[in-house]
Amino acid sequence: MAGLELLSDQGYRLDGRKATELRKVQARTSVFAQADGSAYLEQGNTKALAVVYGPHETRGSRSKSLHDRAVINCQFSMATFSTAERKRRPHGDRKSSEMSLHLKQTFEAAVLTELYPRSQIDIYVKILQADGGNYSACVNAATLALVDAGIPMRDYVCACTAGFVEDTPLADLCHAEESGGGTSLALALLPRSGNIALLQMDARLHQDHLDALIEAAMTACKGLSKVLDDVVRQHLEEVSVLTRD
Amino acid sequence: MAAVQVSEAEKVYIMHGVRDDLRLDGRGCEDYRHMEIETDVVSNTDGSAKISLGHTDVLVGVKAEIGKPRAMVPDEGYLEFFVDCSANATPEFEGRGGEELGVELSNTLYKVFNNRHSVDLRSLCICPGENCWVLYVDVLLLQCDGNLFDAISIAIKAALFNTRIPKVHISEDEEGVKEIELSDDPYDCMRLNVENVPCIVTLCKVGHRHVVDATLQEKACSVASLLISVTHRGTVTCVRKMGGGSLDPESIFEMTEAGKRVGKALHAPLMELLQKEESLGKKRQKVGFLG
Repeated sequence: MAGLELLSDQGYRLDGRKATELRKVQARTSVFAQADGSAYLEQGNTKALAVVYGPHETRGSRSKSLHDRAVINCQFSMATFSTAERKRRPHGDRKSSEMSLHLKQTFEAAVLTELYPRSQIDIYVKILQADGGNYSACVNAATLALVDAGIPMRDYVCACTAGFVEDTPLADLCHAEESGGGTSLALALLPRSGNIALLQMDARLHQDHLDALIEAAMTACKGLSKVLDDVVRQHLEEVSVLTRD
Repeated sequence: MAAVQVSEAEKVYIMHGVRDDLRLDGRGCEDYRHMEIETDVVSNTDGSAKISLGHTDVLVGVKAEIGKPRAMVPDEGYLEFFVDCSANATPEFEGRGGEELGVELSNTLYKVFNNRHSVDLRSLCICPGENCWVLYVDVLLLQCDGNLFDAISIAIKAALFNTRIPKVHISEDEEGVKEIELSDDPYDCMRLNVENVPCIVTLCKVGHRHVVDATLQEKACSVASLLISVTHRGTVTCVRKMGGGSLDPESIFEMTEAGKRVGKALHAPLMELLQKEESLGKKRQKVGFLG
């Protein structure tokens, strides 16, 4: 690893976390009034905003609609000021198109689309500040937004990244760790069934380590699912107090 | 923009209300909706602000980069504007849907803010003819409920107030090659003077009267609107007629006067709020979207 020591001899990472420790996750649902569902999520310094519209009639050409289930339409974008170096375009580049596609795949696995034939569900996510783990922050925020919109799902979708440094799997990488050149694995999990909705790893890793890495990411996802569940429950409590007669 | 459907009966109701100086949400004709402003919300930027005005939500980030000054004005820096009409605001903005509105907004902002009467562009100059600071002002629309211009301009003023540009030291070696060195100390920075930065006041002509801070329903009832940018002294720096209908000269005069009055009254509490927030320093509880 060049320059930076990602894991100290004492077992601490750059930001002082232990190997399996997650960053602080804070979230809130129903941030916007006009959308059907919305959520804001902070995972450390990564900040994501998700908005859900639908289910509604398919927009544009009718040929896109499916006769037996709903179409999930995702758009990922990043605010131009979200990264250290200013981005020229918020969306439409190769990376964000790929991210949109991944989100679509993830949520097709989780949303009960067959309940809404010939309709469309829009999920728009925006990264306001990027500090590693953009995909996972987006998935977690979008899950909360879908719950807020009242769209039936098999389970929460929780996503987390994991890296591998000096034979130790690290959970929830920050930007410095992600760009350090090591392995990074993104995983989206349906925690109750333990099914994996998306798994992606672009770097080289010995096969023997893969199981340990996936295991670390899954544990992190399960931890996240508790946090997301708490956010939803707390929001419901607040709302039910407000609407009580 | 999110389209609203307003029936004939609703239109009559709104117009009669405006005639009697009582609007749908109980406001008078020259009242703004509830406004919330917070600065320093995105730490990746040099300055940022978030505003919510009714259900209109805008986030502005300012990033300073070193660039080359324009040939016409070698001793001035400049501002660049970009308005991102994100799909978060309304599904119509998906893909390239929001581009047209974005360009319209950013061009107007450019005309209003990028001149030496609004911002001290000279202070952005590093080395005349060679280097200057370019302030990239990126506006993000998160939710649209009418009166975008006013909300954006207030957010920009707040973000510029919050902007901290690192100080630079220029050193020259024997061959005369200049080298720019940025200060490492985050507190060794330059602030912008935002005293003369104008705010935009949009007045919508509804029936025979005009209203400030129109909601989407009210906008649907109006034929045309007038955009006026006003400084804290009440000086008008830009006037623009927007919308499809036409206005007679007399009402334009009336609207300008009202805009001056409202705009002048807008600056004082805004600056007071920004100064108060600043004085709290690190003690300030950051709310952002979590509040």
